[in-house]
Amino acid sequence: MATSVRATSDGSPRSSRTDPSTNRKSGDNGPPGGWRAKAYRLDTKASPYAYIAPFFLCFAAFGLFPLIYTGWLSFHQVELGTHANWVGLRNYTALWDNSFFWTALRNTFTLGVISTVPQLMMALGLAHLLNYQMRARGFFRVAILAPYATSIAAATLVFIQLFNPDYGMINQVLDHIGIGDVQWASSKWPAQIAISSIVTWRWTGYNALIYLAAMQAVPADLYEAAALDGASRWRQFISVTIPSIRPTIFFTIIVSTIGATQLFGEPLMFGGNVGVSGGSDHQYQTLSLYMYDKGWQVGELGQASAVAWVMLLILLLIGAVQFLVIRSNRRKLGS
Amino acid sequence: MAQLTQPIPSAGPRHSTTSPRTTRRRRRSGSAGGQQKAGPIAYVLLILATLVSLFPLYWTVVAASRTGTEVITPPSPLLPGSHLVENLKIVWNQVDMTKALINSTIVAGCVAVSTVLFATLAGFAFAKLQFRGRNALLTLVVATMTIPPQLTVIPLYQIITKVGWVGHIQSVILPSLVAAFGVFFMRQFLSEALPVELVEAARVDGAHSLRIIWHVVFPIARPGMAVLGMLVFVQSWNDFFWPFIALNQQNPTVQVALQGLGSGDHTINQAVVVCGALVATLPLLLVFAVLGRQIVGGITAGAVKN
Repeated sequence: MATSVRATSDGSPRSSRTDPSTNRKSGDNGPPGGWRAKAYRLDTKASPYAYIAPFFLCFAAFGLFPLIYTGWLSFHQVELGTHANWVGLRNYTALWDNSFFWTALRNTFTLGVISTVPQLMMALGLAHLLNYQMRARGFFRVAILAPYATSIAAATLVFIQLFNPDYGMINQVLDHIGIGDVQWASSKWPAQIAISSIVTWRWTGYNALIYLAAMQAVPADLYEAAALDGASRWRQFISVTIPSIRPTIFFTIIVSTIGATQLFGEPLMFGGNVGVSGGSDHQYQTLSLYMYDKGWQVGELGQASAVAWVMLLILLLIGAVQFLVIRSNRRKLGS
Repeated sequence: MAQLTQPIPSAGPRHSTTSPRTTRRRRRSGSAGGQQKAGPIAYVLLILATLVSLFPLYWTVVAASRTGTEVITPPSPLLPGSHLVENLKIVWNQVDMTKALINSTIVAGCVAVSTVLFATLAGFAFAKLQFRGRNALLTLVVATMTIPPQLTVIPLYQIITKVGWVGHIQSVILPSLVAAFGVFFMRQFLSEALPVELVEAARVDGAHSLRIIWHVVFPIARPGMAVLGMLVFVQSWNDFFWPFIALNQQNPTVQVALQGLGSGDHTINQAVVVCGALVATLPLLLVFAVLGRQIVGGITAGAVKN
């Protein structure tokens, strides 16, 4: 593998400035063509690939191959254990004609928006508060991260109790302040709000800490300059903090969007016995639930695969839009 | 959401000429900006946020120690009762919690150890070794984080059906042996924590790269490995989507058992359901109570402390 040209030009990995010394040293141990030098060269050239190999092998086996295979399946009619029959685009056209699919798509979108937007805004505010110099800062940080330690299943089961229309604590409080009972399970928007509150509860603290990390890297001089210019704290937050951590904000938006697109466990468990259909009226059936419904309840793996690929296409679309937004933002900053 | 643990970005602008320590010192001396002293409003808001965060956890303890009737009779109880042990017994009667806890421990343990090991190796390669295609490959690693598990479960399910692994925990362990998030995390950690001179010095001394990893990389990476291990353990313990599909109530992880408890074929006693949720969460909350500061530190440092 090591052609002589390459061996001298980048035979030694790492930074080029140390090349000569290392080569000389390894040369001391034997003649330049000796087994030691060869082993050394092989080690430096091949070992990086050996170290990253486990990831790529695993990804190929459990990520890439299934991804492509799902795409292949989406053009077939296939049930578990049966042979796949090529049906072309029929699975996709069937989705197009299916009103439940569109409901699921809409629900995924609305649930995603009402769980992601408040979550990230609150996280931003919390991070700002946690960035102040204060007592018990460590306690506050651990406390707001605590929901992260709970699981989807556990959190949802507990929130079901709190949101129960008949005996739940939330309706008791609403009654108390005169709003009256809300039908958290059977109506569309209340159910979606209840589900998104579980998501928001679990992830706000985590995102807040990620923002906090970014905020702590903002140079204090920027704030000093802003303060000298007479900027209020709010103004500093808007004009210094937010622009400085913009890459982190974009990052969390992308990650949260991906998470929201996959929403599965919360609506499934929230619905109890009608969880797979996303409530009695499909009012909170997400794309993931719809896919599970098609694949494991109906047994149509081809259709389920088509749903999965639609999800990927949507994610790519959202990703492209976000990429364009980020780029135009960068350009605005540059000018 | 976010079945992939959300990656920890040190994407924030890190053009800090001031090291964290000097910033802190400056903060103490009370300079302007984001390090201002908190006013009373900040305290009030943070206490509110803390209450919202902790109340559902507290209420879990309350409901888990009450009778089913007490839980579903308004006004809801606000103090713990005395039925915890009985509820625990019913939980264990209805689902195989012992097996579920053991399974979850094995799964999360295996996944954490293997992810940390492979992620450290790959992270070291990406952070400190030069090789062709390094940047492209690293971009690829990050890009794989965006693939939702929904796109892989159908073929995976077909495979485990074919080899007869449905209901066996290896079907949950194998697909998560490495994680792109971990590779990214360790790369961030090692690019800051590991001075390239150390690697070079070891090379000059004639150490081959495995030796370097054992004697130089692992000791320095240990804090990062610990944080990553905890994060992966938490994530794996809480994982739901794939275990729900691949396992069943005869051989569940805690989350799958909990799902069975909640959507039960048995008469549903809400206190018992919440008690099950408590059992599933308690191990992690204990870890959190002990190591909370380190976990928070790992996240807030953007994985680049030390």
